[in-house]
Amino acid sequence: MTPEIDYLALAPEIVIVVTLLGALTLDLFLPRPQKYWIATLAVAGTALALIPLGILAINGETISMFDGSYVVDEFALVLKGLFLISAYIVFLMSVNFIESDRYYQGEYYFLLLASLLGSLVMASSRDLIILFIGLELVTGPLYLLAGWRKGDVKSNEASMKYFILGVLSTAILLYGMSLLFGLTGEVTFAGIAEATQGMSEPALTMAILFMIVGFGFKISAVPFHFWAPDTYEGAPTPITAYLSVNSKAAGFVAMLIVMYQALPGQSDVWAPALWLLAALSMTIGNLSALRQTNIVRLLAYSSIAQAGFMLVPFAAAAVAGADLESAFGATLIYLVIYAVMNLGAFAVVIAGARKTGTGEIDGWAGLGKVDPILGVLTATFFFSLAGIPPLAGWFAKFEMFRSVMIADPATISLAVIAAINAVIAFYYYAKVIKAVWLDDAVDTFTDEADQPPAGALRLALGVSVALTIAIGIYPSIAAFVRDAAQVLASGG
Amino acid sequence: MVVSQFLVLAAALFAMGVYGLLIRRNIVLILLSVELMLNAVNINLVAFESMIVTTEALGQVFAIFVITVAAAEVGVGLAIVLMIFRNRQSANVDELDLMRY
Repeated sequence: MTPEIDYLALAPEIVIVVTLLGALTLDLFLPRPQKYWIATLAVAGTALALIPLGILAINGETISMFDGSYVVDEFALVLKGLFLISAYIVFLMSVNFIESDRYYQGEYYFLLLASLLGSLVMASSRDLIILFIGLELVTGPLYLLAGWRKGDVKSNEASMKYFILGVLSTAILLYGMSLLFGLTGEVTFAGIAEATQGMSEPALTMAILFMIVGFGFKISAVPFHFWAPDTYEGAPTPITAYLSVNSKAAGFVAMLIVMYQALPGQSDVWAPALWLLAALSMTIGNLSALRQTNIVRLLAYSSIAQAGFMLVPFAAAAVAGADLESAFGATLIYLVIYAVMNLGAFAVVIAGARKTGTGEIDGWAGLGKVDPILGVLTATFFFSLAGIPPLAGWFAKFEMFRSVMIADPATISLAVIAAINAVIAFYYYAKVIKAVWLDDAVDTFTDEADQPPAGALRLALGVSVALTIAIGIYPSIAAFVRDAAQVLASGG
Repeated sequence: MVVSQFLVLAAALFAMGVYGLLIRRNIVLILLSVELMLNAVNINLVAFESMIVTTEALGQVFAIFVITVAAAEVGVGLAIVLMIFRNRQSANVDELDLMRY
């Protein structure tokens, strides 16, 4: 029996595999001063992978392979597009960052591409085994990338903390999966959904809770978030951006498709757990962010809180027993918009840290007067994260609040918690903008302060700012994401 | 075939792994504890497979994937341990306290 393989449907993955092998081979032969070609290759390969993705999107067919374990539908394509574009922006951010540190460039791009490949596989997985392989391929290279600066003890510590909690979460997740397999005898989501319909077993509840804890670590939801701020601070900044966007999105989507596709009949078990994760992540994330003085740690706690906001529509709809389809759409829209604006914020952090020579918010005082363009960009991304129109963040928050307008006590209380947190979040985002624009300059600027950021970084900033403003003014650009969620609902 | 004894064994191994992970201070012993947890998963999978018997031997296939990934992960982990040991001459996790809150 030979499995049917549709090579066009797998083309984005194949392009990335060829690129990552190419990066590794090229690294062997290039002399040290020419290593930047590897970065060019990685950027070009990621852009090239978008072409078959576009063709598949125009065809619009749902392609199912390996007995329905690997599905390429509109939903998977939207996610793959998100992963590819955000990886593209991260590569652009990395070019000068890695070059200026003179570390091993070939391995850096190889590992990052491997992680990207994992997220592409994850987006198509409709089976526990492929989902697990995809998720591990996302995180495995990142343990090493977090410790990229080998001589820096902070980077070492970041890597170790991430690794220990990462493998712990994998083990817990797998234990849950093994119980789920034992109870149903199935590994495909469709099979599990059928077998668990109406099943009421204590072991099933345990399996679901184990899996939620495992995923909770991956998406750094409170109370499983302790590794995140330390890892984010110690890792190289482009990797931090990747962790907070791609790796978080991969864990997030994995959790939601497992709950949505494999366990729709068990929502009375997982819905309260997700409700709790959402409420805690928003509140604790925001309150901890208030007292941060380092901008990367502030963004780390902010991303924990944003993950809480993302969970809100899905958790609320599940608790109230309402239509999960539109809630899933709202969560996905939030995820896409968050990816764009958070990448922009990290690009600003890289550019700003190079100018001011520090990651402390106080050291950024007066940046807006020295470099008005960077100042405006800082304001753009941080106001967008806070949800101020006409920047993209408002639409994400709007969709979130619109989807929780269900008359149910549990839903209303979650909406109230979200509303209070949106206000708290504004305070610390505004604190950064205040330092940049209103505070008097302190004399910490480096010699490079009057030079513009490097070309690749400028392109990264340009792409993210264009998307942030475009989605904010014409939200219908992002609304196609909602249709993709419906495809998952009907085609599943 | 009685499957429950294998499940109890797996649960005990898993619990020992969690306990070891929490109380051990040496990074290498923490890695060993994680291995215990992952092997508990393998026992579970293989025991369930022998109980259910799926046509594709899914449980055993899953277990082989878990073994492979676990090996890769330990490789990564030991690389990180070596890196830390070179910089600090110690493999004690309590000393990794540069960043807090």
